[in-house]
Amino acid sequence: MASTATLRKPASGFRISRRMLPYVLSLPALLVCIGILIPFFTAVIYSFQRYRLSQPWARQFNWGENYLNFFTDPAFWNTLKVSLLYAGITVTLELLLGLGIALLLQRRSTVNNFISIMLLLPLMIAPALAALMWKLMTNPSFGILSYLASLIGLHDFRWASSPSTALLTVVLVDIWVYTPFIMILLLAGLRSLPTQPFEAAALDGVPRTFVFFRITLPMLTPYILTATLFRLLDSIQQFDIIYAMTQGGPGNTLTVFQVEAYLNFFQSTNVGRSAALMVILWAITYLLSNIFIKNWLRLRERARGEA
Amino acid sequence: MHEKEKDLISAFLRGEVDRRGMLKGLGAMGVTAGAAGTLLNMMSTRAMAADFDWKKHSGKTVKLLLNKHPYADAMIANLQSFKDLTGIDVKYDVFPEDVYFDKVTAALSSGSTEYDAFMTGAYMTWTYGPAGWITDLKEWINDPEKTNPNYAWDDFLPGVKNSCAWNGQPGGALGSDDAKQWCIPWAFEQNNITYNKAMFDKAGVAVPKNLDDMISVAAKLQKDVGGIYGIGVRGSRSWATIHPGFLSAYSNFNEKDLNVTDGKLSAAMGTAGSKAFHAKWVQMIQESGPKDWSTYTWYQVGTDLGAGASAMIFDADCLGYFMNGGDNKMAGQLSYAAFTANPDATASTPNIWIWSLAMSNFSKDKDATWYFLQWATGPEHAIFGATKMDFVDPVRQSVWKDEAFRTKLDKYPGYVDMFDASAAGASIKFTPQPLFFDVTTEWAATLQKMVAKEVPVDEGLDQLVESIDRQLKEAGLG
Repeated sequence: MASTATLRKPASGFRISRRMLPYVLSLPALLVCIGILIPFFTAVIYSFQRYRLSQPWARQFNWGENYLNFFTDPAFWNTLKVSLLYAGITVTLELLLGLGIALLLQRRSTVNNFISIMLLLPLMIAPALAALMWKLMTNPSFGILSYLASLIGLHDFRWASSPSTALLTVVLVDIWVYTPFIMILLLAGLRSLPTQPFEAAALDGVPRTFVFFRITLPMLTPYILTATLFRLLDSIQQFDIIYAMTQGGPGNTLTVFQVEAYLNFFQSTNVGRSAALMVILWAITYLLSNIFIKNWLRLRERARGEA
Repeated sequence: MHEKEKDLISAFLRGEVDRRGMLKGLGAMGVTAGAAGTLLNMMSTRAMAADFDWKKHSGKTVKLLLNKHPYADAMIANLQSFKDLTGIDVKYDVFPEDVYFDKVTAALSSGSTEYDAFMTGAYMTWTYGPAGWITDLKEWINDPEKTNPNYAWDDFLPGVKNSCAWNGQPGGALGSDDAKQWCIPWAFEQNNITYNKAMFDKAGVAVPKNLDDMISVAAKLQKDVGGIYGIGVRGSRSWATIHPGFLSAYSNFNEKDLNVTDGKLSAAMGTAGSKAFHAKWVQMIQESGPKDWSTYTWYQVGTDLGAGASAMIFDADCLGYFMNGGDNKMAGQLSYAAFTANPDATASTPNIWIWSLAMSNFSKDKDATWYFLQWATGPEHAIFGATKMDFVDPVRQSVWKDEAFRTKLDKYPGYVDMFDASAAGASIKFTPQPLFFDVTTEWAATLQKMVAKEVPVDEGLDQLVESIDRQLKEAGLG
């Protein structure tokens, strides 16, 4: 009651009604949001315009034409396919590898702690630099990886310069850079799990695979979902690794959303098309985030119910 | 300074004595080459100042946006003479080429007043000009109040000067009477052959005379020399893959990028001649190009030649020039030749890249900026850059006639002959239009698909034509 009274009659004499209070409290957050929302809505407006910087006289609203053109544009469908494929492959492989490494390092020991820190090093390197490093390592003339490939009979392996292996190459770089991110999240999750279920299972002599699939994995699922969400959102927006290694080529092999939008804006100065691509990418990430967050909340509710 | 030395330099500046004569005379008077250069600069500055009010904008500041390049280095090395001459201070930001044009686009599209002038290529002005980001410089060039009498606009190589002027009409001829001078050429690049003579001798081959010959010579070099590849050309998914050797050879066969009919544009890559050319080009890369050709920019093309990993390049002549010096393994072993791809053509007709200077439309002081531009593109700085720095290829005819410059190029075997053989036919071969980067990037991507055998040449070009025509129509140009 005392606090209510204070709210009604603050010392300064400035009154904030109960009804307004939530809005006032959320004002700082709203101000931050404005910084994000203004560019967002500007991009949405641009996406409904025929807007090329090189043809300012032709700028006009064409409403959904930029979006409608995508339906008949094979380049767009290729972009959608490549982006989803890239995100799907990288996240799946990174999740499997990250989980495997985290399981191996689960037990706390000096060696495991040291290895987990060392494994984080790729994450400390800017992805564009990592891509350039890999570009040198995969150079067919002097690259160490090309040499190693030749030792196992893969002579003249073209890595990022061949359409058949370009995706594999950039996926390898992505895995090298980002698997530690998943590993560290899952390792933190594994180490924070309650020990009683595992001790009970050990006393009962439950097989390890059973423990993994029936105890570890379900309890770790919220962490896995979080890691997957972060990585999925990041990899569907991938730019630096792909652009630094191939500029989207060979041909249109790796023209993912960000690369295509970047080229449309900075090279072609086609603001309308570039904005439309980014809005579609936003819609995809929004949809994916919703699916993951809903599942994460459902799992949390279930966990509370069980508790 | 002694009167005799002054008189000799003054006579040179009046054109009464050539450079060699002046240097010889100064040598006889006991003046060293270094001191002669300093004296010449000092006297040039005085001579320039005598005819024109260079101090009109003294105390002002001009800011430049520069690409990291030997031409920018040459300008920076000589900048003090501009400051002394005009009293104008010059500040600049230098960015590496990978991000340079993004920076320019960002600065101009945002209407930033930070930069007054910047380095650009002529192709970029086809976007910047119609967008209203840069200034038509004709107004300044033709105003005797603002341009010093020694500027000698007619001294610029006509093909190069005209390539920087466009009337803004899609498909409009470069250098037409109604064209706007969007930028002033600074130095340019002709695309010809730079080759490793020792490798050619080892394989027992001569410089290729046409495209068929180039295909077979490159293959023989690769086979006979061993451990190298035959020919370096660019291959990244970028407009920069199309404009050097590729377009120079393509246009030598009288093939075009676009057709212009009644002001409407359409793709011109689908002709039988174009398909035959593409087939040969693709074959050459498949047989004798670098293994990871599709990632090759000018940098890889150049460094491979300099490191002895390739036998020749068909690219910018100045790239070959720079690879022939410095710490490069092949320094001093490279030679140059003009290249005529079409056996029925009489001369080389290289497409050119022109490093130029443009004035931002958002500049706060255009008159002071023009003072910088006319100095930086003027004859005195051109001579300084060409003789004291690595300002190749200069755009002024007087510099190419300069004995000291030609003598300097003697240690680059065939360079002057190459220039003389192809300068007359050197110009931009693209059709100027706002979708330049769309067309050329997609063209490069199609070439990549062809070389990777993802698509046959005929089919790839048909798809390219269809796609380009669709984009031109969408943009209201087709």
